[in-house]
Amino acid sequence: MAQDLKPSISSFSLPKTLKLKTKQQELLIRVATLALIYVLAFITRLFSVLRYESMIHEFDPYFNYRTTLFLTRNGFAEFWNWFDSESWYPLGRIIGGTLYPGLMLTAAAIHSLLRFLRLFVHIREVCVLTAPFFASNTTLVAYFFAKEVWDSGAGIVAAALIAICPGYISRSVAGSYDNEGVAIFALLLTFYLFVKAVNTGSLAWALGSAFGYFYMVSAWGGYVFIINLVPLYVLVLLVTGRYSLRLYVAYNCMYVLGMLLAMQIRFVGFQHVQSGEHMASMGVFFLLQVFFFLDWVRHLLSDTKLFQSFLKITVTSAVAVGAVALGVGMASGYISPWTGRFYSLLDPTYAKDHIPIIASVSEHQPTAWSSFMFDFHILLFLFPSGLYFCFKRLSDATIFLVMYGLTSMYFAGVMVRLILVATPAVCLISAIAVSATIKNLTRVVRAKSPAVQSGSTKGTSTAKSSSKGVVDNSQPFQRNGAIVLLLGAFYLLSRYAIHCTWVTSEAYSSPSIVLAARGAHGQRVIFDDYREAYFWLRQNTPPDAKVMSWWDYGYQITAMGNRTVIVDNNTWNNTHIATVGRAMSSYEDEAYEIMRSLDVDYVLVVFGGVTGYSSDDINKFLWMVRIGGGVFPVIKEPDYLVNGEYRVDKGAAPKMLNCLMYKLSYYRFGELTTEYGKPPGYDRARGVEIGNKDIKLEYLEEAFTTQNWIVRIYKVKPPKNRW
Amino acid sequence: MSKLIFIFLAFIPLLCTSFTPERPSDRRVLVLLDDFAVKSSHSLFFNSLKSRGFDLHFHLADDPKIALQRYGQYLYDALILFSPTVERFGGSIDAAAILDFVDSGHDLIVAADSNASDLIREIATECGVDFDEDLAAMVVDHSGYAVSATEGDHTLIASDDFIKSDVILGSKKIEAPVLFQGIGHSLNPTNRLVLKALSASPSAFSANPKSKLTSPPSLTGSSISLVSVIQARNNARILVSGSLSMFSNRFFRSGVQKAGSPTKHEKSGNEQFFTELSKWVFHERGHLKALQLQHHKVGEASEPAIYRINDDLEFSVEIFEWSGTSWEPYVADDVQVQFYMMSPYVLKTLSTNGKGRYFTSFKVPDVYGVFQFKVEYEKLGYTSLSLSKQIPVRPFRHNEYERFIPAAYPYYGAAFSMVRISLPLFHSRWIKLIYKLGHDLCTRFGKIVQPSS
Repeated sequence: MAQDLKPSISSFSLPKTLKLKTKQQELLIRVATLALIYVLAFITRLFSVLRYESMIHEFDPYFNYRTTLFLTRNGFAEFWNWFDSESWYPLGRIIGGTLYPGLMLTAAAIHSLLRFLRLFVHIREVCVLTAPFFASNTTLVAYFFAKEVWDSGAGIVAAALIAICPGYISRSVAGSYDNEGVAIFALLLTFYLFVKAVNTGSLAWALGSAFGYFYMVSAWGGYVFIINLVPLYVLVLLVTGRYSLRLYVAYNCMYVLGMLLAMQIRFVGFQHVQSGEHMASMGVFFLLQVFFFLDWVRHLLSDTKLFQSFLKITVTSAVAVGAVALGVGMASGYISPWTGRFYSLLDPTYAKDHIPIIASVSEHQPTAWSSFMFDFHILLFLFPSGLYFCFKRLSDATIFLVMYGLTSMYFAGVMVRLILVATPAVCLISAIAVSATIKNLTRVVRAKSPAVQSGSTKGTSTAKSSSKGVVDNSQPFQRNGAIVLLLGAFYLLSRYAIHCTWVTSEAYSSPSIVLAARGAHGQRVIFDDYREAYFWLRQNTPPDAKVMSWWDYGYQITAMGNRTVIVDNNTWNNTHIATVGRAMSSYEDEAYEIMRSLDVDYVLVVFGGVTGYSSDDINKFLWMVRIGGGVFPVIKEPDYLVNGEYRVDKGAAPKMLNCLMYKLSYYRFGELTTEYGKPPGYDRARGVEIGNKDIKLEYLEEAFTTQNWIVRIYKVKPPKNRW
Repeated sequence: MSKLIFIFLAFIPLLCTSFTPERPSDRRVLVLLDDFAVKSSHSLFFNSLKSRGFDLHFHLADDPKIALQRYGQYLYDALILFSPTVERFGGSIDAAAILDFVDSGHDLIVAADSNASDLIREIATECGVDFDEDLAAMVVDHSGYAVSATEGDHTLIASDDFIKSDVILGSKKIEAPVLFQGIGHSLNPTNRLVLKALSASPSAFSANPKSKLTSPPSLTGSSISLVSVIQARNNARILVSGSLSMFSNRFFRSGVQKAGSPTKHEKSGNEQFFTELSKWVFHERGHLKALQLQHHKVGEASEPAIYRINDDLEFSVEIFEWSGTSWEPYVADDVQVQFYMMSPYVLKTLSTNGKGRYFTSFKVPDVYGVFQFKVEYEKLGYTSLSLSKQIPVRPFRHNEYERFIPAAYPYYGAAFSMVRISLPLFHSRWIKLIYKLGHDLCTRFGKIVQPSS
């Protein structure tokens, strides 16, 4: 095909070009469009680089960046066996065994490839651009997926929709160096290859899908979605009587190989055979074998009555054996029960009642309608119509897409961050809606006006061929109506493009480590306090100093400040986090004992009272109380509330006014006038005058406060000399 | 000229014979007096210090020229406050400056008296010693008083209730009771560092001897401390005495007979008591240092950056004691090392070779994390040793596990036997049969596949 293309391009100016075969023209347009989409997906994610600088965003990416740096410097073997003594002091963390290494390995591979090509770039640049690069690749996968499910037109639309969909951009802008960046690519690739395998019954595609699954497992914990959705899909096919040998081959190969491959990831290990979350896939695997066996028996037994009784016995005994195996496994503890995160997915209220540490994360909150609208825009309306088209032309592939769409939409409703997982499904299904609608409309437009169409040679043949199928006895204004609808569709799609660009630019391209605000005269004000504080730590504290902060900032402190932290964003040890929460919510003298026992040298708090930055530690404080109180019942949430109300002004609870977090946040704040016409000590983040302006610190001393007071660092004093 | 300066600079280290880790004994002592008469009336005490090599600088407490430090450097290693009545020090010295002096590792002797000023009381309070708040009160003991020619008001006490520590008071037992006349103090119960070096007898109380006792005295019995010592966390040592006259030549020389005791001693115990106590306060005794905290794996010499769980390691530390002139090996059987991560995982008593070296060996626990070797040695009278060295302990690397484990032998066997059993299956007869079966199956399933594709 490429040979056909080349002469056509070289002779572009000649009128001969117009005599290109329609198929070739179509291919040319398709390839060109895809190439444009590929580039578009990349460049629309570069806002933050252009506006700020090439930097890593948010919290978790700093850990990923730090580990990638370690990987490129020390090699894979060291990375695999890395015991990090700088985090979770004094417990330490086995990094190699507690992370999904896919992202780091990908970035390191790209880095070494670039070096091999004699392009010497810093690993940070690679990390920053990894997510956009994989977003571009995702568009290609989306194209092939939609092509497999529907047609190539839907493929193009799907690629275009997913390239700029805000739900995906939110996790894949340049600098957002997080697992999800490559995981969505891996997820969609696995699904595509699996659907392809089911459609063809080919071992090769199933093998490909197993490797896609392996990559997904190595990249993100969200692989659990795949290993549950695929069996569910198989189950649905079995129930609806769509069992086929193709399915048998695809699932068995994908499951067995995928499971074996996934066991190579240390963090996952034997979970595939031991954890309750993976049991569904194993159950379906055995069910398939039973199905296969029954099918075989049915072919052997010509007597249906005999077969019926045989079926009864087999099914009963299979179910019984399965249930007994599961029961024994659960009872003996060999099969672990579902984890809290899994429960909270199935029951959105579970985390709120039982696991405050999961509920405290903002991205684990249930999704608001507005954020659906914000992230999907018109796709939200196109999604149901796409489902309609899918149901209208039901096949194994569309059933998969429908199930993917429906389940992921449910999960997106449970947790904000899972909008990301739903985005590809929504884009694909919407693409089917758009593609099918426009195709039908254009068919109507063309069929009724052969005279008009004859002017342009382009697409005549398709019009002619398709016109045969179109009904002639149509309504009088059908064509005009179709044109109006087409224009409407184009209007909506262009609004979508504008919305996506706006959202990307305004909402999803802020690094969150550098804050931007509008000044009084509309100019952009940059608050670079975080990095100021971390570099202060790096340059002014002893190399073995231990820093205590709320866990949100742990990764950043280790990555940028290069200092040991007590807790960080990898929330694997609830007790340790609760200890920090307890220290923060205790009186100073009690907190001092806790800090001494943890060898804390510095305490870091984030405070937004001067700038009006609302996601600071005072606003997170109730979570510290809850998490601390969950393990240490001496901390009671009502002590910090007044009539169930959380306040920091004069009416606040006495314990609130004297706890460590309050003191550290508002130390010396009572002297400061933050806003004209307001009394000193006016907290702009909460809009109140603080209740305790005369704060004396006995066991800590202020070490550093950044320019805008966003980060405040305190030094823990040594014990009194003479007491 | 430049050469001269150079020579001068070269000699600076020799000029600085101040408190150093190498020579912990004090050299330069500032003595602040209420009036210079004290210099001669207490000359025995001062002479004993001078004879031990101390360089005493006498000043009036309100001398405007006195200063503890110049250009951020302390001019003295120790301070003796024999000025109980001073209300304000001269120069830049105040209570905070004196406490800073102590907090930067220097020693202090404070003597109060029945007319002690608020300033002296404040300094004492900051050190954990609370003098009786009644300004006129003195320690009175109607059964433990010192017998004298005239029947007095029993404020001259003969006390022999010493702190039981050879390190603080020397190995030679103080035979004669110590004469005391002054104010009593109590120890702040929240202060864990202050010790009673000389306490009053159970029959003592603190009250104004001239007036009638109307209400129960606030301080009674052996909770009254007459002389207290404090060793701060930075090993600065403080001596607080409720009496200045205790140090005087008169008390040093006078004989003593405790009421109710038949023996009359020719000489009071004051001289021996304060000579020994000043040796302790000025770090001539009871000062330990630890060196060479070392650890390594058994069979290796160099210190690793990280241990692995279940490694066998050897730990050693050297502890020396300052004898006043040189460092001698410290010999004890109660030095312990902890292998500590939030709590001690290993606690071992170190054995010593008698030459200062303490050593042990143990196995790293089967727990990974950031551990510390901790030697916390706090023994009455000795400076406290608090050493810690951080060392991470990592789990096994992927290639450090057992290659073949006994529990897995059934599985190894199963794998090999599987190969052994399945090999005959590849005989052509079987292959043909399987092929036929497979063909059959495929044609059957082919019927299922075809309609839907």
